[in-house]
Parts: sequence; C-alpha cells; structure tokens
Amino acid sequence: MAGTLAEKVWDAHVVRRAEGEPDLLYIDLHLLHEVTSPQAFDGLRLAGRPVRRPDLTLATEDHNVPTTPGPITDPVSKIQVETLRRNCEEFGVRLYPMGDADQGIVHVVGPQLGLTQPGMTVVCGDSHTSTHGAFGALAFGIGTSEVEHVLATQTLPLKPFRTLAVNVRGQLPAGVTAKDIVLAVIAKIGTGGGQGYVIEYRGEAIEALSMEARMTVCNMSIEAGARAGMIAPDQTTFDYLEGRPHAPTGADWDAAVAEWTALRTDDDAVFDAEVDLDASALTPFVTWGTNPGQGLPLSDSVPDPESFADESDRLAAANALAYMGLEAGTPLRDIKVDTVFVGSCTNGRIEDLRAAADVVRGHRVADGVRMLVVPGSAKVRLQAESEGLDKIFTQAGAEWRLPGCSMCLGMNPDTLAPGERSASTSNRNFEGRQGKGGRTHLVSPLVAAATAIRGTLSSPADLQTAGQPQGELASATTGEA
Amino acid sequence: MEKFETHTGVGVPLRRSNVDTDQIIPAEYLKRVTRTGFEDGLFAAWRKDESFVLNNPVYADGSVLVAGPDFGTGSSREHAVWALMNWGFRVVISSRFADIFRGNSGKQGLLTAIVAQDDVELIWKYLENNPGAEITVDLVGRTVHAGEIVALFDIDDYTRWRLLEGLDDIGLTLRHEDLVADFESARPSHKPVTTPA
Repeated sequence: MAGTLAEKVWDAHVVRRAEGEPDLLYIDLHLLHEVTSPQAFDGLRLAGRPVRRPDLTLATEDHNVPTTPGPITDPVSKIQVETLRRNCEEFGVRLYPMGDADQGIVHVVGPQLGLTQPGMTVVCGDSHTSTHGAFGALAFGIGTSEVEHVLATQTLPLKPFRTLAVNVRGQLPAGVTAKDIVLAVIAKIGTGGGQGYVIEYRGEAIEALSMEARMTVCNMSIEAGARAGMIAPDQTTFDYLEGRPHAPTGADWDAAVAEWTALRTDDDAVFDAEVDLDASALTPFVTWGTNPGQGLPLSDSVPDPESFADESDRLAAANALAYMGLEAGTPLRDIKVDTVFVGSCTNGRIEDLRAAADVVRGHRVADGVRMLVVPGSAKVRLQAESEGLDKIFTQAGAEWRLPGCSMCLGMNPDTLAPGERSASTSNRNFEGRQGKGGRTHLVSPLVAAATAIRGTLSSPADLQTAGQPQGELASATTGEA
Repeated sequence: MEKFETHTGVGVPLRRSNVDTDQIIPAEYLKRVTRTGFEDGLFAAWRKDESFVLNNPVYADGSVLVAGPDFGTGSSREHAVWALMNWGFRVVISSRFADIFRGNSGKQGLLTAIVAQDDVELIWKYLENNPGAEITVDLVGRTVHAGEIVALFDIDDYTRWRLLEGLDDIGLTLRHEDLVADFESARPSHKPVTTPA
C-alpha cells in the first residue's frame, strides 16, 4: 500500500499493535540533557529498573551551562548538572560534559556525530528534537514520564500521527533563508496548525537546502504545533553523513544507503492535509508578537489588533503589543534592539555562523547594542575559529562565547533584562523566554547580523543602501504566506 | 498513579489563548531534580500582577482550570504538569491542547478535558458571575457540570481507561518485553550505537 515517509518509518518500528491501544514503537536513539531527565532516572531507581539500552542513549549538558569560561556558579543549575553526571555514571550512559570536545546542544551534537540517520526513530525530552527529522528520521520531543519509559523499555506507546505536507515550491530569492521559510509556514498555519501532525517538507526549495538549513526548518515544526518535521533523505543527506564518526562504513554503508534511498513518500500516497508556499515570493521574515505565529515580512509594519477577524487572535495581538511595547503601524524596520543573539539549536551551526560573519565583516556593531555569538557545539566553535570567524565577530564588537543553549531560554546566565529587546536566531518569542520581561523578535542569522550593525531590525540589503531612504526596499509580500 | 473517576472543585477561569509552557512555568524554575515544589513557579510572571485570577483569594483552592484554546504549547517540559498538580489542579479544560502537554498530563493523572469553545465561554461566564463556584468533572460520563451547564468533553479512550484504572505505562509495556526482545534481534546491523565508534 502507498505510504508517506512518516508512515514508512513508523511502520518499520512497530513492536506491538493491538486494537484500541496505541502502537508500541521501538526507539533507535534516545538523547538526554540535564533538565528533563533527573526525575526519570529517579523513577527507575525507585522501581529498581535498569536502562534497557545504554548503547542507544546519549547525554549532553546544554541548557544550564554558562557560555563564559569557568564553572557553573548558580548552585541550583550546578545540582542539576551534577545529578546528570551521577545518573549517567550509575546507569552506564555516555555523557559529553561541559568542556568535552563533543559537548554541545543536544540537537547539534547528534547530527554532527552521525548518530542521526535516515529512517530512525529519535526522541529526547526536548521539543526541538524535531530538528533530527531533517535526515528523514521520525524525531520528536517527549515529556519526562516518557523519558523514563524509553530508558526502561526502549519503546514508547504512541497513537499514530496524522500527516501534513508542506510544499515549498519555486526557488528562494537571494538573502532569504531556511529560517524565513519556517517562520512564514508558522505565520501561515498558526501555532496550532500542525497539532497532531507530522509535517513533511517537500518541494524544490526544500530539496535545494543544505543539511544544516533543513535542520533549521524541521527544528521549528513544534512552533507550528506539530510533533515532528521530516524531509526525505537524498544525496545531500548521504554526503553529509558519509565519514562521520557514527555513520556506517563498508558493506554496512552500502546496505544503509540502499535502505535510505527507498525512504520516500510514494507518488500515490495521500497526506491528511497539504499546505503550499511559494518560495520565490518570500522575503526576510521577523516576528512582532509573543508567539512564533505572530510574524510578518520585515518590510511590513506592526499590525493593528483590530485587523484580526478572530476574537481570540485580536486579544492575543493586543496582549502581545502591550508586552512587546510596540504600537500598531510602526514599520518593523524602525524597531530598535538592545541585544542580538546568534546561536541555539535552530541557528547555531557552522553555516549559520558563516552567514552572520559574512554580513558583519568590516562593520561595527551599533552603539548600545550587545551582540552574542554562541556556537551550537564545541566542534562548531573549533571549526569557526579555524576559519577565523571568531575574529570577524570580535573585531566587529560582538562577544564570542562557549557552546550551549545560552540566550534561547533563561536557564543560564545569558538573559535579557526586563524591557530589553532582542533580535534572536532562536525559536521562541514567548513572554519571558529570554529572561523576565525580555522582548524577543525571531529572525534569521542574516537579519540578526544586519540588525546588530544598524541597531534596528534590518536585512543585509539595508547595509548596502545605508544612508538612503529605506522606503522602496523590498516591498515584496510573502504571497501565499 | 491515582485513579480518576470524578472530581469536584473550585473552577478557575483563565481567559487566555496560547498559554505556552513557558508561561505555565518559566525556565528559571526548572532546576529542581524532584517532582514536587514546582507550584512556586506556576504562572510566575502573571502572578506578579495583582489582578491575575490566581491572586484572588476565592480561587485559592482552585482545582479545575478553565482556559482558552491551544493550552500547553511550546516546550515539552513536564514541569508544567507538575506545577499545575503541585498547586492543586486536577483538571484543565480547554477547546484545544498541545500534543506533548496533553500526553504528559495523561501520564501524571492530570485530566485534560477538551470542551467546545462555546461551552468554555459559558463556563467562564458562570465562574465569573459566581466566583469560587465548584465544577464537577465526571470522567465516567465525560461531562462537566457547572451550575445548570452540562458540557460534554472529549478525551481519547485509551487515556481515559488508564486514568480510570490508575495504570502505569511502563508496567503495561513490560508485559510485552518478549516482543521488544524479538524486535531488537531483527534490527539491521548498520543502525548506530552511542558507545565509542
């Protein structure tokens, strides 16, 4: 029978299927970090249960770690990280601690090691596990009870997800990135639009993306409410994987590639829903509100809450404008920021840093603006330094940091002060996400870098025309978006 | 897990849509390594506002939260469920829940009752006109009773059965350990392991 990519991966992992019950799915890779695992290990200890497959489990320290040199100073953060270390030792789980050459944000580390491969099931107690779907894996975030369940059984009872195709047709214009695609998708379908679905991103614009750009797209699937996002594996995927530490070799590689090549949605398969987006009409996208669906092209203005047809959208927009300290009608390009953050599991990979560095090169960060550049992993940091990117950033007046989740969420010392405004390459603009009272605009690395230089939300095109009126720039709309 | 059949308690109207888990419990409160004590972080930012509903003493014993659509979006943190339960909530009513939050709730015994938005509006009005009024949530009959209002709610059959029986998921799965072992023995050899390559 014809099937979609998601259905094929699902079906290949069913351990048990019974009428009226969820399917029991086998989990190929379980990633752990310090925040959502302590209570799960505690549960195992109480029940006297071991970790069934420590060899399919990997832990890293990321959410709490400071990005400046030195130990963790917050005593509560310290306890959480120490608890992870103790748990990993007691249960025999491999851990990449702070300072290790392979440490980093959990969703950067898995792909970088070649552990994330097509056709796998990947879970982690973190909603951005959807990142790994870029390889054609079925990857999704789980809660702590489910973390305990996977530790104990290497399986999860799950009800099948519905399937949603997001067809991104045409070619992306220059200066428009994967981040702009996914922000436009979320603005189009809303934060609840993907609920209950696995999204498969398809179409010419998706096929043209690099692996890292595909990870950016899949990463934010959860921001549309979807459990997972997937992209069919192709030569780009295989080229990225070949030679990585945990990728198969020799005859295993050939067998794997043969299997992976078949992982495609059949031509006659039917999705439960489909959405179309015209890539060629996209322009740089930014959020203006307090959920990731509240986004618009940078060339637009802060919307009037009264312009929303739905009452709860009107109320949400009014609340968002009050929290963000914005007035309806203000051009987005006029919004001044205090902080620019480049990093996170969404945009903390080497290509993201290269893109930001290219924009920053030869410029200075605007007066009164703080720019933080935080590599997604220790390996990304080393790579960037070997290319001299760190120098480009520091010479421009930006701060070059150690790897971690950093300012994506206020769990470590990198936070916004109340009322402070950021342009951030991370994934959530929720109230207080980057620190109590902090105001977040989600942007691509290109927009983040240009914003740091001009001090107001900007795209690299604005730098080339500096001093000229901005009005006629990029008046394009997002078309269907 | 405790069995859940019916619950009667003070209803708390929360007129907000898109209540994400960062609002339910901000990241700075996630550092405990236990499952208790998270009530101090529940809606921490909103509780600073005196007019916030949970600051009204009539709702001090609130145990049924009645919220707008898309409740529990965002981060997968189960701490959001613990915070609600540590505070004393046993039920959340909304017309739409985020998937991960709903799953986490089911594992912990927090009932997420899906009620049509028109009925949520009626219940809000009833609670606002009768502050501190009690609501009864009947999982057997899948109904919410608020004064004269009787609203049906949705919940999937399997979660309902587990809540009614108070069953633990891991115990249920371990009954099929032989099937897990069979599956494992047939996995392709090219699948990766995390131990040193």
